[in-house]
Amino acid sequence: MDIARVISKRSSALWAPFLILILLASLPLCAPQYTIILLTTIFMYIVITVSWTMFSGPTGYISLAPAAFFGVGVYTSALLGLVLPLPAIIGIGGLASFCLALFVGALTLRLRGTYFVMFTFGLVELLLHFVLWWEVNITGTTGRVVPTVNNTKVFYFMLIIFVILMFALYTIRGSRFGLALEAIGQNEDAAAHTGVNVTMVKVITFAISAFFMGAAGALMATRWTYIDPKIAFNPLLSFMPVLMAIFGGMGQLYGPIIGAAIFAYLEEFLITRFPYYYMLIFGTIMVIAIVYMPEGLVGLIRRLLKSSTEGRHART
Amino acid sequence: MPVLEGKGLTKYFGGLVAVSNVDLHVDEGEIVGLIGPNGAGKTTLFNLISGALPLRSGTILFKGQKISGLKPYEICRRGVARTFQSIKVFPDMSALQNVLLGSYFGVSPGMSSMEALREAKEILEFMGLSASSATRARDLTLASQKRLEVARALATKPQLLLIDEMMAGLNPTEVAQAIELVSSIRKNGITIIMIEHVMKAIMNVCERIIVLHHGQKIAEGTPQEIVSSETVIKVYLGERARAAS
Amino acid sequence: MIVRVLDIGIAGLLLGGIYALIAVGLTLQYGVARVLNIAHGEFIMIGAFITWSLYIIFGINPLLSLAICGPAIFTIGFLLYRTLFRRLRISSASPAAFEGSSMLACFGLLFIIQNLAILIWGADIKGYSYLAFPIRFWGQTFAANRLITLGFALAIGLIFYFFLTWSRLGKAIRAAAQDAAAAELMGINIDQVLALCFGFGALMAGLGGTLLSMSYKIQPTMGLEYTVIALIVIVLGGLGSIPGSFIGGLLLGLVGSIVTYIQPGLSLVAYYLLFMLLLLAKPTGILGK
Repeated sequence: MDIARVISKRSSALWAPFLILILLASLPLCAPQYTIILLTTIFMYIVITVSWTMFSGPTGYISLAPAAFFGVGVYTSALLGLVLPLPAIIGIGGLASFCLALFVGALTLRLRGTYFVMFTFGLVELLLHFVLWWEVNITGTTGRVVPTVNNTKVFYFMLIIFVILMFALYTIRGSRFGLALEAIGQNEDAAAHTGVNVTMVKVITFAISAFFMGAAGALMATRWTYIDPKIAFNPLLSFMPVLMAIFGGMGQLYGPIIGAAIFAYLEEFLITRFPYYYMLIFGTIMVIAIVYMPEGLVGLIRRLLKSSTEGRHART
Repeated sequence: MPVLEGKGLTKYFGGLVAVSNVDLHVDEGEIVGLIGPNGAGKTTLFNLISGALPLRSGTILFKGQKISGLKPYEICRRGVARTFQSIKVFPDMSALQNVLLGSYFGVSPGMSSMEALREAKEILEFMGLSASSATRARDLTLASQKRLEVARALATKPQLLLIDEMMAGLNPTEVAQAIELVSSIRKNGITIIMIEHVMKAIMNVCERIIVLHHGQKIAEGTPQEIVSSETVIKVYLGERARAAS
Repeated sequence: MIVRVLDIGIAGLLLGGIYALIAVGLTLQYGVARVLNIAHGEFIMIGAFITWSLYIIFGINPLLSLAICGPAIFTIGFLLYRTLFRRLRISSASPAAFEGSSMLACFGLLFIIQNLAILIWGADIKGYSYLAFPIRFWGQTFAANRLITLGFALAIGLIFYFFLTWSRLGKAIRAAAQDAAAAELMGINIDQVLALCFGFGALMAGLGGTLLSMSYKIQPTMGLEYTVIALIVIVLGGLGSIPGSFIGGLLLGLVGSIVTYIQPGLSLVAYYLLFMLLLLAKPTGILGK
């Protein structure tokens, strides 16, 4: 009986996301272009936030490099957009970020968490200034034009990246590699003395998460048509996933997804009309979330639900 | 051939000598006790053997092969496991997961999941933790957390186990159980070095005792010899005897 | 050749003086109060903009602004610690957890301060001309405002150093930097000391901003770059060491002016490369053990 319940629970957990996915995939058939574009942006933020959580969630190392990896993807697209088909560009964008992350991770993930934060924080600025200098002094341009792709195609590719990301995340979580990652976050010394090559596990996870950010960047560039270093390496993209994940709550897999969806939706409405107010609200929510919702929105709702059911039990 | 051999082990912290020119050897199947006053360098010695700290000078051989200079995970995979003085379980993982990590990444990392799971359960059983295998480590009692640390270390299939103060903070019944466990671990063919302040435990289970003082090895011998050694009484047991009287 | 070396050296010191000041500020906040203040650059920006407003609107001498900006920004920092960070410190399970959560709160502050500034002052680049006449010595010309900037940066650094070494409060701060828990046991009101430290850190940033505004263009988004520089300097000087960050700041200024001489536009890239090399070779910093 117990087993039957586990199986039915598991299959509903498997079917629900599958149904949502089918629904999303059939959306371009009936929904207006505007919805498709909005959904693509939302999924871009979800991909970046979830891949950020993939590494920073279990290990507790706060990476501020998403903008760097995203930007590498954007520039891959700008450089190769005319020569290669879209899937190849997305793959190469992801791989380029993967390699950069391997290098950066190998350098810094042996060190204390604080150094890692500083290093990743500076990485975005470094790439921004380096590419800026390179474009002005070596290639003699300020920006680049990226060949456009139609909106529906971009949407589908973003959905595919998301599905692969979720698949990777589930696979890692259920594997011994994922167990090692969790152990590292809880006590790195003990993990090392239990035979885990902690540096390797951290570096590889960091690189995998960078792959998805790079892939998303390469894809999004095709929607912007014009890019320059300041658009590609926008530091805001480093802060957004951190806030979205914290706001949603990192204890659960769907926390970051919910956080990213809410903020991406808010941004869409506020940023064009009141950009600075949006950022102001963004910062304020961030501070409030950190002080009052240490487990995020998901944690808060759970706590509220729990206390309300407990209250009911107490009354009966 | 000794399982573990250390020659001229030396470690400084800044200008402070933590371990100074210590030689040691441990034979297969032995239980060796490591005692000494607080700050004598016992835990530092464990940190040197397990690779947590780099040596200033000296070499450590494990089964005749040099392990000094290797990373902690490499040393663990060669067959040296340890526990920690300040408990370092993975607090939000279940007891079973804590032990599984050892089975997955220890001496034989290629093991199938089923096999690892079976082994982890066996070890929990052996350590008397079966009932709490699904409990989060942070919710276990102190004594159980200490046993969980040993269980996790055993899951890596070590030939040499370093136990750092397993008995501290346990009540007399728990100490008796712990002593029992250490003896039965040895019966499974695992060599043990243990740091312990509970003298009863040391005198009971150890065949040989090494005494450290100010980072130096000042005595070595059977429990009987140590108890009657002039130097040891002066620096270590003497302090206690005086304090007790 | 010698003249050129001198030229680069002095230009480096001019830049380095400011770097030193803002890095000492961040060291106080991170080394003692344990807040890795990613919004440090925003306090610099606020200092610069207050000075600019006072000069443009009321015609107040920027040097006089030091005395106005300083206390104002000190108060902001002090109150921020008393309200926000103190709360986080008490609710955090461990010092490491506090380091993480306080840093994330600083992100929030970064957005709040930066966008408030844009709403108040607009997003454009601003500047004013003050003491921009040339001064000649050793056959070289320097802008007077830059020399004054350096002089003030060094003086503020020195005064603060003596304050830390000699005063009662300074000793309490150094004790808290060594071991906050032990300091508390010795009867130091740790909340007060840490809040003061955070305030002093903000003060340094604010003064740095005032000095910067005399010789550089300013803009509400300028903070991030200075935060990165301050982070690099405090690693260079060894995390938590006040003399280390002062010397590190001067050194980084020198590196900056050398690189600017060879290849303008690459100075931030050079800083970062230096940072990477240092992390690899000696993560404890130039004055570290």
